[in-house]
Amino acid sequence: MTEGLITMAYLVSGVFFVLSLGGLSKQETARKGNKYGILGMALAIAATFLSGEVENFKLLIPLMLGGAFIGGVLAKRVEMTSMPELVAILHSFVGAAAVLVGLASFLDPSHAELSETDQLIHDIEILLGVFIGGVTFTGSVIAFGKLRGSLSGKPLLLPGRHMINLGMLGASIWLGAQFVEQGHDQALVSLLIVMGISFVLGVHLIVAIGGADMPVVVSMLNSYSGWAAAAAGFMLKNDLLIITGALVGSSGAILSYIMCKAMNRSLANVIFGGFGTGGGSSSTNSEIEGTITETNADEVAEELKEAKEVMIVPGYGMAVAQAQHVVKDITETLRGQDVNVRFAIHPVAGRLPGHMNVLLAEANVPYDIVFEMDEINDDLPEVDVLLVVGANDIVNPSALEDSSSPIAGMPVIEAWNAKSVVALKRSMAAGYSGVENPLYFKDNTNMLFGDAKDTLSAVFSKLG
Amino acid sequence: MKLSVPKESLPTEKRVAISPGNVAALMKLGYQVAVQSGAGEQANFTDELYEEAGAILIDDSSPLWGEADLLLKINPPTDEEVTLFKEGATLISFAYPARNEKLLQSLGERKVNWLAMDCVPRISRAQSMDALSSMANVAGYRAVVEASHAFGRFFTGQITAAGKVPPAKVLVIGAGVAGLAAIGAARNMGAIVRAFDTRPAVKEEVKSLGGEFLMLDFEEEGAGSGGYAKVMSKEFIDAEMKLFAEQAEEVDIIITTAMIPGKKSPVLITGDMVKSMKHGSVIVDLAAEGGGNCELTEPGKLKIVHGVTILGYSDLPSRLASQSSRLYGNNLVKLVNVLGNTENFTINQEDEIIRGALVLDQGEISWPPPKVEVSVQVQKPKGPSVVKPIVEKKSIFSPGVMLGGLCVLLLALGWKGESEFLDQLTVFVLSCFVGYMVVWNVSPSLHTPLMSVTNAISGIIVIGGMLFVSGSNPWIAGVAIFLATINIAGGFLVTHRMLKMFRKE
Repeated sequence: MTEGLITMAYLVSGVFFVLSLGGLSKQETARKGNKYGILGMALAIAATFLSGEVENFKLLIPLMLGGAFIGGVLAKRVEMTSMPELVAILHSFVGAAAVLVGLASFLDPSHAELSETDQLIHDIEILLGVFIGGVTFTGSVIAFGKLRGSLSGKPLLLPGRHMINLGMLGASIWLGAQFVEQGHDQALVSLLIVMGISFVLGVHLIVAIGGADMPVVVSMLNSYSGWAAAAAGFMLKNDLLIITGALVGSSGAILSYIMCKAMNRSLANVIFGGFGTGGGSSSTNSEIEGTITETNADEVAEELKEAKEVMIVPGYGMAVAQAQHVVKDITETLRGQDVNVRFAIHPVAGRLPGHMNVLLAEANVPYDIVFEMDEINDDLPEVDVLLVVGANDIVNPSALEDSSSPIAGMPVIEAWNAKSVVALKRSMAAGYSGVENPLYFKDNTNMLFGDAKDTLSAVFSKLG
Repeated sequence: MKLSVPKESLPTEKRVAISPGNVAALMKLGYQVAVQSGAGEQANFTDELYEEAGAILIDDSSPLWGEADLLLKINPPTDEEVTLFKEGATLISFAYPARNEKLLQSLGERKVNWLAMDCVPRISRAQSMDALSSMANVAGYRAVVEASHAFGRFFTGQITAAGKVPPAKVLVIGAGVAGLAAIGAARNMGAIVRAFDTRPAVKEEVKSLGGEFLMLDFEEEGAGSGGYAKVMSKEFIDAEMKLFAEQAEEVDIIITTAMIPGKKSPVLITGDMVKSMKHGSVIVDLAAEGGGNCELTEPGKLKIVHGVTILGYSDLPSRLASQSSRLYGNNLVKLVNVLGNTENFTINQEDEIIRGALVLDQGEISWPPPKVEVSVQVQKPKGPSVVKPIVEKKSIFSPGVMLGGLCVLLLALGWKGESEFLDQLTVFVLSCFVGYMVVWNVSPSLHTPLMSVTNAISGIIVIGGMLFVSGSNPWIAGVAIFLATINIAGGFLVTHRMLKMFRKE
């Protein structure tokens, strides 16, 4: 294939990728979008195969087949509740690949043949690719560990951690400056040190972030993985990599922005601050008045039977308890009895943007009864029974009522406006943010304690 | 410990202190629950129901009273019943200590602890034990039922083949618990409801029930302590009376609920006003027990004056015995819960609720309790109306600054950079914008598939690996290829799997 043809093939697959993301704007076109993505990828790989620059097929083909096989198995086996983990580990692969491509590019003999200015630019590009890739790689591995629960979800805050981060960044820049000046062999050492620093930095940045901030972290790492790919594109002078990297990078950035908005926090605050440790003494001056009223499965079932409008607000607790299927059973039974059941989803519910939607889809809940927070808040006063399934901070009224609360200003689902609220919870422990939730003390709120799956199964059996 | 529920001895009393549904909760606390045979008869709770719930039935009063450690009742005990108490027993019932001083003394001689349901402080924590409110709620509802019984017409307006029926007009004076219940009930029956209260703060609640709130053109805040209204100034009362006189000519039914604790009820409806009302109108005076809000009310009786039926019943909760017994029983159980289970039963005077309710402490009169700060419900800021606007933090990342910075950066690069790099930069920046535009349109419910698809396409870095796999370090590139293909395959397949699950109805 001529160079011109390959460039055109890359261009077309870039267009396909744009179409792919565009397809995801609506449920109806989403599957087509995914197919565009596959098509674009197939075209790009095929064009590269035929470019004539690739040999060594004996190594290449088994590796690709092996990778595709493992990827396929992962995709087939993963539980929908563990999607965040899968996404995180896939980010780390992109990061690692970017580091390796950077190294390979540096070690390639063609590198030494470049003219001086070209080499300078190329060196900077390699350095950037390796650095971003490294941070993405280890950061994603840590995020993966936190999401799986193999690592503690609590933020680990070293003293002076901002200084440590700055120090590492400074050292990398200084070493980078050395790197572009040095001869090939010395430069390799500098590059490897920069790589090492970027690994440590990735670990250190992510261990300082708490478990429930993971939606932001994962989308941020998504963005990083895009930038890493773009950096690789610059160093290989490959427009397709640049286009794709830029698409992925901005997509992740937008997701992070949306998540931050949904928590009323700035990106910097999430990245650098362990929650609630920044400066505010988490205020307890506004003591909550009222009592907790406990209820049981029988009463909840009765209440649901008599209701006309039911709203379900799922949270991470639903994923933990794997309660989505019984939630769906209840939904179906009630809808069979002409009860209007709807779902309200907060943007940061769960550990991944859109996580709840996927879980409900997995349980076979039709997506047209699943609504976003902004669509639904005004309808809440019409709701007879609102079930809070394993959510806490996202239905906390102090976000709106108490300006001294650590979560003040966070947009929340105004559950308390419903006529009656049933909150499912394992115990009375405070939510992730450590803020007491006055919702539980309201007169129209009843608590149903226990594992959400067990209690809901009991409710379901009483419904029939 | 033994807990007894005697049959109420007042002839007009149909209620019983607990419903069968409460027995289990009390037994869970460790009590051995005994109920006098026939206690729930008039409230439609048969002896069998209590027995099924786990209670023991006792017929004879003397063992029932004499062996009980804890007695649950509605009305204060009669003189005869006082003699039946075991020494040191605890009684929970209504007490009205202000008018029952003699009873307090005679019970005191039996060294009894007496917790008065009517003295439970009106604080948020004790709301679930507030039997006065429960009973007022029932009374308010029943007042409307009684009124409609005595009233010769429909409440709701109708257009029938036989002609048009206008809706009844109801005036509710005092929008406390009883008043609000009456407003709700009358609205539900289809009447036009107007309400008046000296506390403008209740306006919202009246409106939320569908009532119309009558305003006086007069500035005076009527909220007193403990959720009751206070006594108003002379000028205010004059204006108020003028309003009532106007309304009396117009409305069909007046329900009055103005009670001031421990005092004679204020007269709000004079004889002249009654006279001005239409024939067939009804007045229900919920304050009859304290003398009545209507001048012509005769406590406990039905009376027809000038063609207007005036109902002065003071036993409205008892007229809805099953419902009131259930609610009262629930209030009681909440209070018994505060006392702890039988193993560590204590009358803890440190507890605000217990201290407020305790009128006899081991026979010593402990009423009235020392003054405590009472939270006034209506003054508490409510709802999102008080949300302070949260000041937008000024960010250095405002769009203007960002765009400006980008321009400067691009200019600087254009000044210095060489053309191939600039071509790539063009592609990069444009792609960022394309991505930005496209991704904002993605539905939030598809954010997870978006992430997995971007995961897959960022596997495009495989091309980088492929270009070097024939070079000097095939294994470094090889590992990159391997990892990237996992991404491609895994990302696309899992996206496919997820999207397949999303279904419309």
